[in-house]
Amino acid sequence: MTNYLEVKNLSKSFDSFQLHNISFTLPKGYIMGLIGPNGSGKTTTIKLILNMLGRNGGEIKIMGLDNIADEQKAKAELGVVFDTNYFSDDWQVTQVEKSISVFYPNWKSERFAEMLRKFHIAPTKKVKELSKGMQMKLMLACAFSYDAKLLILDEPTSGLDPVSRDELLQILSEYIEDGEHSVLFSTHITGDLERAADYITYISYGELFFSGSKDEFVDLFRIVKGGTEELSADLKEKAVGVRTFPTGFEALVKTEDTVAFSSLSIEPATIDEIVVFTSKKGDDYE
Amino acid sequence: MKLIISNVSGVPIYEQIKQQVKAAILSGELKEDEALPSLRTLAKDLKISVLTVTRAYTELEQEGFVKNVQGRGCFVMDRGSELMREQLICKVENGLTDAIKAARIANLPSEELHRLLDILLEANTDD
Repeated sequence: MTNYLEVKNLSKSFDSFQLHNISFTLPKGYIMGLIGPNGSGKTTTIKLILNMLGRNGGEIKIMGLDNIADEQKAKAELGVVFDTNYFSDDWQVTQVEKSISVFYPNWKSERFAEMLRKFHIAPTKKVKELSKGMQMKLMLACAFSYDAKLLILDEPTSGLDPVSRDELLQILSEYIEDGEHSVLFSTHITGDLERAADYITYISYGELFFSGSKDEFVDLFRIVKGGTEELSADLKEKAVGVRTFPTGFEALVKTEDTVAFSSLSIEPATIDEIVVFTSKKGDDYE
Repeated sequence: MKLIISNVSGVPIYEQIKQQVKAAILSGELKEDEALPSLRTLAKDLKISVLTVTRAYTELEQEGFVKNVQGRGCFVMDRGSELMREQLICKVENGLTDAIKAARIANLPSEELHRLLDILLEANTDD
């Protein structure tokens, strides 16, 4: 299997924050979600991939090319979508094409026009006149016009309404349908995107918590529920995280540990629940 | 073929796909050598992960219901429906064996057991 993105032992130190030994690989033809609480290092990781920050250690390969030594070549294959658009506000959509296309030898004008029609973007509009969802689609239209093989999106869904989120999901799944394109996106996770991701890389406080298939990730944990008196010392010790309240408790427990508690209610955990419980580091709260 | 994914059933999505494909084979809706929907297209249409559909198709292949032809897709095996019937009959046998064991423990005579089965059969046809 060809890997479109390989990150090995990536490290970066800031004064108050460290990213430690982050490693993951994204094969061709799949979608990977980069998840973790705010400030956990998702955007830092993406910036390091894009060489917008200098790394302190490790290795990054985009389609087999080193992201620094072969930066130009690697970026010709790369499409990027940020939370806020990176075009000049006063540009008309046609000027966006003029300014961006010169950087990409593979740029196809017909394709750009086709994408604008598909996304209902008027070519004469100025960037600042477009809604947030439209601006995101404009960034995607650019990436598709030079047939970017790997798409990296940083928090693409933040600030989007459910309709635009659903459209984005649709666009991404069409993008990877031919098996020749891959997507890496960071997000605070919402249910709909949770369904479409093939792989999950979970970074917590600068450390890699998990990287692998989403089904495997979800299967690692279960939610155990019961009344307050059923919360035994054994369960407390084995639980990754516990939340107690006057009428009972909820605990995140490793799937292999749940055998001992089969008399209690055991449910599958959502990605959201796993992130919430694992980042609280077992602290109780009410 | 109809494929519907439920988000509240608690059954994993790959399992839901497997069950529905099996049901379609057994009912004859999917015939021998008929192709299953393309893996990536199905993932796109249902808005689910490609890996989830891959898992469903791989397990169906391992269980002998479909065969995967590289580059062409997934096809229903000749013996798909036959195999499914065998599996179901096996399930019936196991269930009945359990019932018999329980009846022995309860000292239930065989005629009573037969009668119970008849009543249950009748009750279920009413549905």
